[in-house]
Amino acid sequence: MSPAVEERHETRDTDLGDEELRVRLSKTWGSARGLIGILSTVDHKIIGIRYAVTAFVFLLAGGIMAIIMRLQLARPDSHLVDAELYNQLFTMHGTTMMFLFGVPVGEAFAVYLVPLMVGTRNIAFPRLNAFSYYVYLFGGLMLWGGFALSIRPDVGWFSYVPLANLNFTPGKGPDYWAQMITFTEVAALAVSVEIVVTVLKQRAPGMTLDRIPLFVWTLLVHSFIIIFAMPAIMLASSMLIMERLVGTQFFNPDAGGDPLLWQHLFWFFGHPEVYIIFLPGTAFVSAIVATFSRRPVFGYLPMVLSLIAIGFLSFGLWVHHMFVTGLPEIGAAFFTASSMAIAIPNGVQIFCWIATLWDGKPVLKTPLIFVLGFFFIFVAGGLSGVMLASVPIDTQVHDTYFVVAHFHYVLIGGTVFPLVAAVYYWFPKVTGRLMDERLGKWQFFLAFTGFNITFFPMHLLGLHGMPRRVYTYPAETGWGGLNLLASAGALLFFASFLLMLYNMIASARSGALAGDNPWGADTLEWATSSPPQPQNFDRIPCVTSGSPLWDQGDHKAVVGGLKVDERELVVTSLTEARPDIREESPAPSIWPFLAAFATAAAFIGSIYTPWAVTWGSPVVAILLVAWFWPKTIEENV
Amino acid sequence: MARSVIDVSGLPTYAFGSRVTPWWGTFSFCLLEGTGFALGIGGYLYLAVTNKDWPKDAVPLSLLWSALFTLVLVISALPNFLIKRAATRESLRSVRLLLLIMSAVGLVLIGLRIMEFSALPVRWSDNAYGSFVWLLLGLHGVHVLTDVADTLVLTVLMFTRHGTGKRFSDAEDNAFYWYFVVLSWFPLYAVLYWLPRF
Ligand code: HEM
Ligand SMILES: [Cu+2]
Repeated sequence: MSPAVEERHETRDTDLGDEELRVRLSKTWGSARGLIGILSTVDHKIIGIRYAVTAFVFLLAGGIMAIIMRLQLARPDSHLVDAELYNQLFTMHGTTMMFLFGVPVGEAFAVYLVPLMVGTRNIAFPRLNAFSYYVYLFGGLMLWGGFALSIRPDVGWFSYVPLANLNFTPGKGPDYWAQMITFTEVAALAVSVEIVVTVLKQRAPGMTLDRIPLFVWTLLVHSFIIIFAMPAIMLASSMLIMERLVGTQFFNPDAGGDPLLWQHLFWFFGHPEVYIIFLPGTAFVSAIVATFSRRPVFGYLPMVLSLIAIGFLSFGLWVHHMFVTGLPEIGAAFFTASSMAIAIPNGVQIFCWIATLWDGKPVLKTPLIFVLGFFFIFVAGGLSGVMLASVPIDTQVHDTYFVVAHFHYVLIGGTVFPLVAAVYYWFPKVTGRLMDERLGKWQFFLAFTGFNITFFPMHLLGLHGMPRRVYTYPAETGWGGLNLLASAGALLFFASFLLMLYNMIASARSGALAGDNPWGADTLEWATSSPPQPQNFDRIPCVTSGSPLWDQGDHKAVVGGLKVDERELVVTSLTEARPDIREESPAPSIWPFLAAFATAAAFIGSIYTPWAVTWGSPVVAILLVAWFWPKTIEENV
Repeated sequence: MARSVIDVSGLPTYAFGSRVTPWWGTFSFCLLEGTGFALGIGGYLYLAVTNKDWPKDAVPLSLLWSALFTLVLVISALPNFLIKRAATRESLRSVRLLLLIMSAVGLVLIGLRIMEFSALPVRWSDNAYGSFVWLLLGLHGVHVLTDVADTLVLTVLMFTRHGTGKRFSDAEDNAFYWYFVVLSWFPLYAVLYWLPRF
């Protein structure tokens, strides 16, 4: 190695002035241009944005399915769509919303924000992160590509056997469904592992456990829930596809199997799934409530403990989805009790948020307005949920529109409202420009009224006995009026998203410039430029309080001594975040994309022949070796 | 603006065990894969309890190959332990030698698992019991296969110019994962081979 090269590698951040350091670091951490460069990037911000955009596209696609269903149900005896297509529509709507929008949109914000909030330069395992995005993308494209080619699952978003078995559902629809599940769960699991490691080991020096932002705590718990819940659905979907493709007998009662096994495995995942979708929403709420109240969230410790309690309790509850399957008395009582118990930590959280607003001086900007909408809707949804947790009521309204109303209150109230708030809140960080406030308030008005007009009447329809998953109903039932109302609301609600889309596009071009910290917030993502440089921070901050941007005054402590021309980041100790290692973060690489592509090909091929796995695995293995094999000697030291 | 600086220039660029990020990555994957095993076993037991045909479906599996497999697996813990130690001490000669041993052991284990599959008295399509036997053995087999493949690649790597520095940490991480492969076998072994005999 020539002395000149030696010299270059040795440049440390302490040797350079602010301007030159910024330029040099952004070259070191930047992504290349061109197609290969785009596919090779490992920048968590770029991948986070890709996740978010993809999830939003799926939200719109799932929303369009919903609108078609509502048009069909607006009048009795309607023949806009037939029974078969209706089944496909609600299956695609539910599946898209849960697996292609609900889970990935949470990952999107985690991937983009967590590394910034803990003050590091990239997510842990950035190549795995790139891989996970491509796997998710291919899974979604596969499901919707199949739909376009008339390979359409129509057995509901939980694909119960025996209905989903080969003899009742011959086509390839459920196979596509099952493989899409495996794709998206691989992606979610990978991101969860990255988040866990980023939070545990890459926090900025001084960010002790009790200085971790609540947003980050929430996504840490969220990741652990995924780690323990998602294997269940991966196992289940693999068993289902084996049942259909190679003739296993897991769910066949004539050969010693049991269809209820599917339900148990599915809901072991499916109930925590509700929290998987909902926890990122609470993370947004914690961040937004603190910022707009101008004080940290009241009750940090109870908040963290409630989060952990929710994590545990979310696993005790799956059986309540199966009350009508005839469980033993005592079992049912136990599960009723634990279904209700989770209301306690949820209540604590809501209480702490309200106390924060009460004590602070709330500023009514669009993000906070959407959070207030969330409180209202989510509490209503929680109430109808506590009603459903009681066995007698559940037995009465099981499989009616009461249930449809309940879970849309929880899912949309708990996820979509905070999500819109989060878009308005972090948009300036991502693009450097603020979204329009006036349009934001109009959007809230449309969304809130539209939502309630759509889903409140469904409670009543359920009590009047309208079953879910029917493609039409006769006029004599008298359900026509409320259904028409619901459909009109759905159009309003959908329009609110089109308005948001317009606002985003227009503001990205010509919105007001945001600066580093437009809301005067306290967490580290606001300590850097908007949008952030590839290296996130020119000098890694040292943290001395839970609200670093509010408390540091003008004394700013930073890390010095990292190499400038290599991708070095600080690994810190688990609890006290003392600096421990200068670890090298992996550089961009095309291999994760190729590995994801080969994995997708093998998965899709396996629907047609099991040999696809036999031939696909060695290819994937070779690509993985190429991915991990060191490219230079310097990488080893 | 006043700025104080915490100097990290003297910190190492890699370390071993739970100080480094790959250790936590492997640990998280062990958690999630362990959950997968636990749920698989749970499903097996669920059917064993609820299904009255189970006792006659559940033909006991032969103890021969599985016993050899278990034996070799247990013995493999010793070179695995030594690798961890040699890697931490960054002794290239021992790491190379031990990796060769571990690769050989791994290949033997794969061979034994193949023999096991070919001698199974049930097929996956015979009944739910058969399906579970194949599923659980297959699931564990995939773990053996991936870690052996990883070991082989690592062995080659350590014989190239890359066999320095951080790669010792990789070798240690690989040994850590092997413990998971070993430990996750015992509950499966008990449930698949011994439970049906009682
Ligand atoms: C534009 C807003 C939305 C409207 C108008 C809407 C409407 C509907 C309708 C009409 C159904 C079918 C009811 C039936 O026939 O049983 C349905 C089912 C469902 N929706 Fe939505 N929905 C919306 C948004 C969402 C969102 C954001 C989520 C999740 C995050 C979601 C999750 C589901 C699920 C899981 C089902 C059940 C599918 C099944 O039965 O398999 N929906 N929705
Ligand atoms: Cu539930």
